[in-house]
Amino acid sequence: MKIHVRGLSRTFVAAGRETPALSGIDLEVAEREFVCLLGPSGCGKSTLLNIVAGFLRPSAGEVLVGGRPVTGPGADRGVVFQEYVLFPWLTVAGNVEFGLQLKGTPAAQRRAIVARYLDLVGLGAHAEKFPVQLSGGMKQRVAIARALANNPEIILMDEPFGALDAQTREVLQDELGRIQRVEHKTVLFVTHSIREAVYLADRVVVMTSAPGRIKQIFTIKLPEIRDRFTPEFTHYESEITRVVKEEVAKVHE
Amino acid sequence: MLLSSVSEMMEWGVRGAPATRRAAVSWRVISLVAFVALWSLAGGLVELTRPFNPLFLPAPWVVIGALLELARKGQLWMHVGATLERVAIGFGVGAVLAVALGLIAGQVRAVRNVIEPVVELLRPIPPLAVLPLFIVWVGIGETSKVGFITYATFFPMFVTTVHGVTQIDGRLLRAAQSLGARPHHLFFRVILPAALPDVLTGLRLGVALSFFVIVISEFVGAESGLGYLINDGRNFFLVPQMLGAAVLLGLLGYGGNALVRVLERRVLRWQHPR
Repeated sequence: MKIHVRGLSRTFVAAGRETPALSGIDLEVAEREFVCLLGPSGCGKSTLLNIVAGFLRPSAGEVLVGGRPVTGPGADRGVVFQEYVLFPWLTVAGNVEFGLQLKGTPAAQRRAIVARYLDLVGLGAHAEKFPVQLSGGMKQRVAIARALANNPEIILMDEPFGALDAQTREVLQDELGRIQRVEHKTVLFVTHSIREAVYLADRVVVMTSAPGRIKQIFTIKLPEIRDRFTPEFTHYESEITRVVKEEVAKVHE
Repeated sequence: MLLSSVSEMMEWGVRGAPATRRAAVSWRVISLVAFVALWSLAGGLVELTRPFNPLFLPAPWVVIGALLELARKGQLWMHVGATLERVAIGFGVGAVLAVALGLIAGQVRAVRNVIEPVVELLRPIPPLAVLPLFIVWVGIGETSKVGFITYATFFPMFVTTVHGVTQIDGRLLRAAQSLGARPHHLFFRVILPAALPDVLTGLRLGVALSFFVIVISEFVGAESGLGYLINDGRNFFLVPQMLGAAVLLGLLGYGGNALVRVLERRVLRWQHPR
């Protein structure tokens, strides 16, 4: 399913003061495409994701998903949050099958799907644990399995690895890359890590500092299985770094 | 002693090192046995040396004897049953009302804005202060006793339930909606389980308060109940009966609390698994 963002703007009003967060965003995400939103903090990239998810309403413009305007959150767009947001009272398996239960999937089928996705994220042995018993990296794996098990065509990820340590982060990037080669979802991924974006994305959208606009879009022409230490990878990295730096500098002016 | 506990605090926090289950239980038993032993010693000494009339401080065995005597006459169960029945009905109605209204008020700001000011106005009034009003309005029968418990227990249970609902992390609702949850799913599968810890805390406060206020209302115009036994004991100077009824009330309150604790451990296992 395609994501179509047209003329999108969003202004926040707090204590009578208007703060523009996004302005005139036009973006198309093709089916099965992995797009990263990159930019300095406060550039509105999470706001854009939240509007696509249906959590926030745009002030102007619209988002079309599969040709239909977004009016609220829905099971067609799975969301992975930075802070995991697992249901603490459900086991790992219970979290993963949450959406399936709402849909009324029969129990036997549910068990098979849960087992499949827990294996995919390497948590097959932890199905009966509760979230308090898991590390951050494990929690985020559960959150990814939960989103995937519901079989949405689109996955929205809001800095999903931002709260993890550097090692866990790279491990999960590897896993997400591997999963995407199996699942082929349409992914919109917010991050402020350039390395992460180049490693995962088909296209990287660099945004300007507030109010967020699209500054430049990079198409990453690297093989599906990527190596962070090739000259081509480093080339993209430095190229994008240069563009992002201009925006970060503006924030500090 | 104090210094060693400071170093222990650095390692384990204020709670101290975790004790084994056996050690924890045996300390409890020792403490209770020591208490009863001291009471027995005091009662025995008073009986032997008679510095004052031993009727004022009966020893444990005298109290137990008084209770056994009441049981033999078949009165004890009637009184315990009467108190338990009032508590069960009064607390039950209070819990249903408080949790139901609390769940609604927690979710609907308009309802909260209407109910909360009234609750905040009435809540600081000690329930005992309005007992005479209850008696004036509905008489001294069962209705006023049961209704009084309902009134008194409503406030803590309502307040904790509202708190439980209003503190729910909005991101949980977003996550559920993105997995396809409709409003009734949100209520039963997110709001209810997320508010449950606070609801159960409220129930525990409510149970304790029930046994607290029932005694007073049984002082006034009652023919049965443990509160009646205490008041009756005062009128006829039956100190063992007063103490016996008080001990029973303590045990019942303890039992009620333990019941809610068991329920908590069951349904909130996710907070401390294994």
